[in-house]
Formats: sequence, C-alpha cells, structure tokens
Amino acid sequence: MASLRTTSRLIAASRPMFRPAFARTYATVEPTPSKQPKMKTFKVYRWNPDQPSEKPTMQSYELDLNKTGPMMLDALIRIKNELDPTLTFRRSCREGICGSCAMNIDGVNTLACLCRIPTETKAESRIYPLPHTYVVKDLVPDLTHFYKQYKSIKPYLQRDTPTEDGLEFRQSPEDRKKLDGLYECILCACCSTSCPSYWWNSEEYLGPAILLQSFRWLADSRDEKTLERKAALDNSMSVYRCHTILNCTRTCPKGLNPGRAIAEIKKMLAV
Amino acid sequence: MFSQKVAQQSLRRLAVQQPLAMRSSILGASPVAVALGKNIQTRQVTSSPNTEDPNQILVKQRLARPIAPHLSIYRPQIGWIGSSLHRISGVALSGALYVWATAYLASPVLGLHVESASMVAAMAALPVAAKILLKTTLALPFTYHSFNGLRHLMWDLGRGLSNPVIIKTGWTVIGLSVASAVGLALL
Repeated sequence: MASLRTTSRLIAASRPMFRPAFARTYATVEPTPSKQPKMKTFKVYRWNPDQPSEKPTMQSYELDLNKTGPMMLDALIRIKNELDPTLTFRRSCREGICGSCAMNIDGVNTLACLCRIPTETKAESRIYPLPHTYVVKDLVPDLTHFYKQYKSIKPYLQRDTPTEDGLEFRQSPEDRKKLDGLYECILCACCSTSCPSYWWNSEEYLGPAILLQSFRWLADSRDEKTLERKAALDNSMSVYRCHTILNCTRTCPKGLNPGRAIAEIKKMLAV
Repeated sequence: MFSQKVAQQSLRRLAVQQPLAMRSSILGASPVAVALGKNIQTRQVTSSPNTEDPNQILVKQRLARPIAPHLSIYRPQIGWIGSSLHRISGVALSGALYVWATAYLASPVLGLHVESASMVAAMAALPVAAKILLKTTLALPFTYHSFNGLRHLMWDLGRGLSNPVIIKTGWTVIGLSVASAVGLALL
C-alpha cells in the first residue's frame, strides 16, 4: 500500500514533464507575458561558518512564481542562480529518490523537490534546515551522527548458513511482501529530525528512520541474526524513547510509516 | 566558431598574465631548455601552504555550529500537540495527586482540612460559575489523559497507525474529553 502511494506521488510530481521542449529545466519556466507577476516572498535560514560569531538570520528573497518551476527546489535553485549565489543547500536528483534536499519547509520536514510552492502569494514561505541538527552552513545539516547510528544497526544481511544449492538466498513472495514499505526508505532524515524525542535524546535514541531500517532487517526472512538484533535494541534508550508522537509518519515525504515499524519492533521485543 | 573564440580569449589572457609562458608555448621549447628541464611551466604565484591540521579546522567549526530551530518553528499538528498535552496532563494529574496526598498525610500535624467532607463543603460554598469552571479545569486533564491513553493502548497493539486514523482519532479524543469534562463538571 505504501509503495502504491509512493508511485502516485511520483506521478503527481512528474506532471511538469509536459512543459514545452525549449523551456529550461528546473530553475525557470517560460514566462507567460499576459500574466501579472506573482511575487512570493521566501524567508530562508542563513548561517555562515566563516562568521561563527554572527547569529543565524532569516533572509528574504522575492521570486515571480510565473517564472519559477512548481517545486520549492526550483525556487531555491533560482534564488541561488539569480539572486544570491552564496545560498547553500544540498540537492541532487530533483525527483525524491536521493534525499539530499530534506529541509523544513513551512514548518514541516520534507524534500524540497517533492514540495509544491504554495500558490498563495500573500503568505511567505519559511525554509529552515532539518530541526535540531547542527548546521554546517545555511540549509545544510550535519548528519554524521545519523549515519553513524545507521551503521550501528548493521544494515546488511547477516547469515552463517549457505543455501542448500549454493545459489542466492531466496524468499517466498509473502516474505518479500513484508519488506514493502520498508525498503523504499531513502534515509533523508526527515522523520528522525521531526521527532521531539529524537531532538532531546538523539545521542542514544535511534530515531524513526534508523528504527524503520532496524525493522527492515528484523522482518527479513533471510536474515539469521534476529535474536542479536533484538538484543541490541532491548534497552531503555534505543527504541523506548519513542512515545508514539507519530510526527515521523505524518512527515515522511515517501509516504512510509516509521511509526508502525517502531510499534512492530516493540511488539517483537515484548513477545 | 565558439571554440575558436574561447581559444583566442585564453591565449590573450595568457599573454597578459604570463608573457614568458606565452613565448615558450608559441615557439615551442628549445632542445637546450628540454635538456635543462626548463621547458616545464611553473606557477608564477604559489599558494601559501596551510600549516594548520585540516582536522582541527573541522573540529573548530563543529564547536561553533548552531543548532537548527526546532520546537518554535515546527508546524502545530494534532499529533505532537496532542502528545505533549498527554504528557502535561499526566504530569499535572499525578502532581496534583502527590500534593493532595502529602497534604492529607500532613494535615493532622499542620492542622489542615483536606479530607473529602471539608472539600465538599468548600466546593458547595462557591458560586455556580466558579464551581463549573473549577470542576472543568480539574476534569479536563483527567478525561483527556484517559481517552488519549486508550489511543496509546491501540497504538501499542500496532493498530490505527496510518495518517488519516491518527488525525481522526486525535480530534475525536479532544471532542470526547471536552464534552465529558463539561458533563462531569455539571454533575
């Protein structure tokens, strides 16, 4: 079900595919001369590591929406190209598969490339880095600890016994189905950094993204280290700092459900 | 056309900035220069060597990094606002219980009257509006925490964890708890 939802989202996101061929990709669209300019204000979090003593500020940029692509990432790229080349952010695939452009847009964590610019021009859009992360520069968060935590759960197939016929480790279609809604995670850290528990306890609590990955390996019928994986999680901090606030499920830009994965882990640990 | 222009421009730039290099590149290196190793183009300006340990630059930068804003900028949503109210109401309820129970235990020593009969009498002496208001403020955390607790029990069973259900049950709990709190206050 989760995968279906993802597909429909991606289809929705790819609608501007039918732009005229001469239009430039992402940053601009052909201006329609008849329309009035639709100026919208974007307020962007700025902090420069070269001036560490200066406090972070919100900088305003105005863009004409008629000349801007439909997504927040288009607006950011246009700001960087045309208004302020010092603005710093991560981006790569522009289609929600790399997870680089994860940021807090209008108060919600999402991928800038999958987030439409609200057409309401009176309201300004506010763009922040992922909440409660250390800021490297502007919208770039330091995800070192997040990746370390990912490494700590051993995110790979662990097996001691080879298969009887020496071929690949196979699983039934039903067992494969258990991984749907888990393997699609792109580790953009939107969910983890939306979680108040993770804000206060990120040192020890693994956070929704990493726990979803933990469950992905716990649920894998081919993995043989389920007991060890469970033992590593069975303490007061790793899993149980989750208080089912469910910001993770609400915010996931891929339509996955980390909250459910954590609930399943808790059930596995309880039995 | 275009590549020609670029080549021309870069040659001009080279001629202005490094006339020596220009000469050798046009005339070609002489055999003597090749033999002496002088045909190799050298940089006119050397970049200053950085004696600082690059890891230390990173360490210094890490110490100065600000924490991105969180609670103050996150959009208010029924999920996390409801969850924080659950926590706050739980703390308030148990805190009130502890305060009252301690006062009850200490009442003979301190000469307080917090037993049921005197509480009822004190309540009865209040005007009706104050009575209802006070009872609602006491009942609301209780009803909210109870109904939301049921929601948590449902989640612990792994049910009702999809987005539409989370939102729907969140507002249902708020409606139910307000209604029942007012109901309790009117008793």
